[in-house]
Amino acid sequence: MQWDIVIGLEIHVQLATKTKIFSGSSTAFGAEPNTQANAVDLAMPGTLPVPNEQAFRYAVMFGLATNSEIGRRSVFERKNYFYPDLPKGYQTTQLEQPIVGPGHVDIDLSDGSTKRVRIHHAHLEEDAGKSLHEDYHGMSGIDLNRAGTPLIEVVTEPDMNSAEEAVAFAKKLHSLVTSLGICDGDMSQGSMRFDVNISLKPKGSDTLGTRTETKNLNSFRFMEQAIAHEVERQMDILEDGGEIIQETRLYNGDRDESRSMRSKEEANDYRYFPCPDLLPVEIDDSFIEEARARLPELPDARRARFKEQYGLNDYDAGILSADAKLAGFFEETVEHGKDAKLASNWVQGEFSARLNAEEKSVADAPITGAQLGALVTRIADNTLSSSGAKKVFEALWTGENDDVDAIIDAKGLKQVSDTGALEAMVDEVLAGMPDQVAQFQGEEDPKKRKKMLGGFMGPLMKASKGQGNPKLFNEILLRKLGG
Amino acid sequence: MSISREDIEKVAVLARIKVDDEQVSALEKDLGNILDLVDQLSAADTEAVEPMAHPLDAVQRLRADEVTETNQREAFQAIAPATEDGLYLVPKVIE
Repeated sequence: MQWDIVIGLEIHVQLATKTKIFSGSSTAFGAEPNTQANAVDLAMPGTLPVPNEQAFRYAVMFGLATNSEIGRRSVFERKNYFYPDLPKGYQTTQLEQPIVGPGHVDIDLSDGSTKRVRIHHAHLEEDAGKSLHEDYHGMSGIDLNRAGTPLIEVVTEPDMNSAEEAVAFAKKLHSLVTSLGICDGDMSQGSMRFDVNISLKPKGSDTLGTRTETKNLNSFRFMEQAIAHEVERQMDILEDGGEIIQETRLYNGDRDESRSMRSKEEANDYRYFPCPDLLPVEIDDSFIEEARARLPELPDARRARFKEQYGLNDYDAGILSADAKLAGFFEETVEHGKDAKLASNWVQGEFSARLNAEEKSVADAPITGAQLGALVTRIADNTLSSSGAKKVFEALWTGENDDVDAIIDAKGLKQVSDTGALEAMVDEVLAGMPDQVAQFQGEEDPKKRKKMLGGFMGPLMKASKGQGNPKLFNEILLRKLGG
Repeated sequence: MSISREDIEKVAVLARIKVDDEQVSALEKDLGNILDLVDQLSAADTEAVEPMAHPLDAVQRLRADEVTETNQREAFQAIAPATEDGLYLVPKVIE
């Protein structure tokens, strides 16, 4: 039987505010446990929450960037459940009247098509603390530094029909919130977390199947794997004539396994009601317009500009524009390197590969766009061969030296581009290889000729101690051989 | 309007309040009376009435995003039953 896959996402985005959503405690990452948890965060009796204006501003910016309605009057509710990392016994969140209403995001797919994914709504809420289950004499340790960190939870319509579409949406959202500067996008520290709702229905059917929710996926790769895993699990059950149970599942990425959360937790009844500690929040036109004025260039606009301004193709422009920091690095490289195509190749190639290999972000890169730009300049003006350029890159990256020209001098990497000297070398090498010269001149097939031409390059590079400009060698060779 | 024993037991579990069989019988009666009282409200025509989010006719003031709190962990942990390495210790929770 053929099945249609139906996927909806819920995405928690941690907002990059300085303080918590309802208190003036710092949200800086990595502080000693509980040093950023004050009386409000600890739910001490007699405390009252006061909402953070910046959290609302960021939520409104998100709404504007996703073509969404802005909730001019939003209301906080209490979602009641007991867990030790939730001191109040409820999470303050929004339900009936969220800050961001219906909207949409367009995603690009690998076949070149574009798809619109609708956003149902996005609401503001607080994060919980962290429970550490390592052994504290049979007890659990609780760190409440994260308790009260502002989140927006983005809820999509079930508009995605494959893992590829879901991941494309997740990446687009990541690109949007980091470009907006409302989230640091650091997935390894939980800045974005994904819940995936999946159901199957017979191909072409209008009736949705029973869905399951796989919670708390914190990387694009795990998300893709978890979807593939869950689709297969549901397909197996349905094809054996079984039924899908509506439940929440946890996916273990390291083992590619999922398990159901116990049904008792499933029976959660959150008993939402409006939070009496907080009045409704009203957002007026001037607040919205001020937020609109803060919107930076968004990824789609940047992509179009990269194509227009730098003459990049759609693929290169797409990759370089998605991440705001990578885009900034690329633009700095071009500014100092002039040649946009070369700069694009080096940023996407050597530079990105090195970041990935060392699991670094652009912000942690040991080289600047200006340095890479200087390197690109020396490749473009033929001072460096590609192998020489890699040596310079290495020296920059390891911090051996921070000046491109100084490295070229110190390592003797300057290409010989003096045509007189190069011609003399070509003459000498050809004189020593009369058989090959005759063979080349007797050959008609251009493919074979090209291959034979390569046979002269080795001795030439050797004669020039690796410093001869290969492009010029090639030109001279062709001329001398009557090519 | 009546409330069932099952409803009472479920609410008790959700609220983490332990009630025995005898108490459930008493609660069945008491809560039923309260619900009857509230039920009289349904006689009112609420067609054009917007649900009320807060009894005060006011809007929320927002706070500037500035750190105003200092670290007072020592004071808070002095009244906690158990702490270690800066963490609050609680009976083990297993997910």
